[in-house]
Amino acid sequence: MDQDIFVVIEHLRGQIADVSYVMLAGARQLTQDTGGKVMAVLLGHNAQGLANSLAADGVLYIDHPALAEFNSDAYQIALASMIKERSPRLVIFGHSSIGMDIASGLSAKLGIPVVNSCRTFTADGKFVSQICGGKIMAEGDLPTPTALITMVPGGYKSEQGQSTQSATMTAASTPALDGIRIRLKQYIEPDTSDLDIARETMLVSVGRGIQNKDNIELANELAEALGCAVSASRPVVDQGWMPTTRLVGKSGKRVKPKIYLALGISGAPEHVEGMSDSQVIIAVNTDPNAPIYNIARYGTTVDMFDLLPVLTDKIKQAR
Amino acid sequence: MKIAVPVKFVPDLVEELTIDPGGTALDTSWLRLIINEFDDHAVEQAILLKERVGGQVIVAMAEAEGADDFLFASAAKGADQLIRLTGDFSSSNNHALARALADLLKELKPDLILTGVQAHNDLDGSIGPLLAEYLGLPYVGYVAGLTAAADMVTVRKEYAGGLIAEMEVKLPAVLGIQAAEQPPRYVAYSKIRQVMSTAKIEERAVASLDLSGGITISRMFQPEVTERATMMGGSPEEVADKVIEIFKELGTL
Ligand SMILES: Cc1cc2nc3c(=O)[nH]c(=O)nc-3n(C[C@H](O)[C@H](O)[C@H](O)COP(=O)(O)OP(=O)(O)OC[C@H]3O[C@@H](n4cnc5c(N)ncnc54)[C@H](O)[C@@H]3O)c2cc1C
Ligand SMILES: Nc1ncnc2c1ncn2[C@@H]1O[C@H](COP(=O)(O)O)[C@@H](O)[C@H]1O
Repeated sequence: MDQDIFVVIEHLRGQIADVSYVMLAGARQLTQDTGGKVMAVLLGHNAQGLANSLAADGVLYIDHPALAEFNSDAYQIALASMIKERSPRLVIFGHSSIGMDIASGLSAKLGIPVVNSCRTFTADGKFVSQICGGKIMAEGDLPTPTALITMVPGGYKSEQGQSTQSATMTAASTPALDGIRIRLKQYIEPDTSDLDIARETMLVSVGRGIQNKDNIELANELAEALGCAVSASRPVVDQGWMPTTRLVGKSGKRVKPKIYLALGISGAPEHVEGMSDSQVIIAVNTDPNAPIYNIARYGTTVDMFDLLPVLTDKIKQAR
Repeated sequence: MKIAVPVKFVPDLVEELTIDPGGTALDTSWLRLIINEFDDHAVEQAILLKERVGGQVIVAMAEAEGADDFLFASAAKGADQLIRLTGDFSSSNNHALARALADLLKELKPDLILTGVQAHNDLDGSIGPLLAEYLGLPYVGYVAGLTAAADMVTVRKEYAGGLIAEMEVKLPAVLGIQAAEQPPRYVAYSKIRQVMSTAKIEERAVASLDLSGGITISRMFQPEVTERATMMGGSPEEVADKVIEIFKELGTL
């Protein structure tokens, strides 16, 4: 049985996604405990340069025009052939828009079990995954002989997956990449007409607890009194109560203001991913068990509808 | 266009979750279940597509308390065919479920299958891409909006940071829906009542589940918290004063 751990590097438009480094850091930790090498798997076209920053023992590279952009069909064909040929111990993907499109399909195609949402590995080689919005952890033995993993950020530091020494590149064999049923037409850039919440030093952020569009006004009034901007969690944006430009999290912006005031936000991992670097998080949430309190510096279970008018008034007076 | 939407209930995360005495699963005795949010979006997206290009929408769901209500509500929104899956799903895994759903879908032959992008309560793969593989179809997830033509769809796939990739996908296909183009519509209960007297729910028995390919969980637990927030108690006035203190300390007021 081969002990090597493959990490499928995620990159878009010439940029390595941060989760790739987190996966490399996790793989490194596991190999220190259980042995084996960390092999970065890079699929792309003329993308060798991307290997420079990867902290791996080696890089397996497949270069093909059909891999120039992420394509779940082409990626799955290339990876299926590589995994069959090399039988690694683990193949790690991001629990992301790239990894989640391919890991489960490969599991069914190859008959190899897949474990989703893995956050850390234990020293004795178990996976620890987070489910239910971060409220529950699930642990188990990594399936043998090969297992596929999708990994969420948060368990390892991305800096530990970065390196300045480039690892040895090996060209892996390229299977015929035909029968592709998906085609990238174009990228659509994020809207920049609005202000950039990533640059704000203070954010009043609203979650589903705000209940409806009209109540957003309460947050606007507070933000105005403070002289700062309003941001939001995904349900608020998906309901059309706030524009997409204000979205914080996995699919939105990563923010790190001095103060992040979270109003009626539960602290789901996908939200936390975008704001955990804030200097001070103050959470207002009526649920004393909300995961947001695990990352907030200060919290209160006072109902936000009782707090907001009072707070806004007092801030106006303090100014 | 024939669009199938398999949906599921998930634990309501606003409620307190507890682990059952066996220590490897959630305690379901008091668990409040709600529709997976992304499935609500998938149903909405299916109905929006039907309204634009015509066709039929099929919603399928495993039997559970409240499942029929969700199916009837979908019909009130515009779904044409409602399916209740019966069988013992208690010890099931996603691979087994996907194979069972694939059998059903082979019969129904939809042009498009929309699943939610994910459900938060299970671990061994996602039904969308598993289904795609078992049916030999392409899969694209994280989809927020799409348009349909005769033999393909053009989807808006979301990447981190608000970047969108517009992709063309040949039909038939499976898509994992992150968000519909507009928020799931609201239907009045009176309308659902009306539908209940006319709409039929078809029952499909899922015979025996093939459990191979799943994973095993040996322990489930609540995350141990290293640092909890300092809680501010008292009246709204007192809490407001404390919050203002913090703002002042940090030089932001
Ligand atoms: C692929 C993927 C990507 C995602 N990307 C993102 C993302 O980028 N950003 C994001 O935010 N989410 C994202 N999500 C969604 C994420 O999983 C959560 O569903 C979401 O963050 C929950 O938002 P919320 O906290 O506002 O709502 P909820 O989880 O519903 O929480 C609402 C909270 O409000 C509290 N509350 C209710 N009433 C009051 C009151 N009167 N006063 C005080 N508190 C109150 C409740 O106790 C509850 O904790 C993504 C999900 C997936 C699957
Ligand atoms: N038991 C089920 N019955 C029908 N559809 C399901 C079931 N489980 C999952 N799905 C679908 O697959 C999506 C992803 O769920 P999951 O694979 O559990 O993360 C859900 O949003 C549903 O659309």
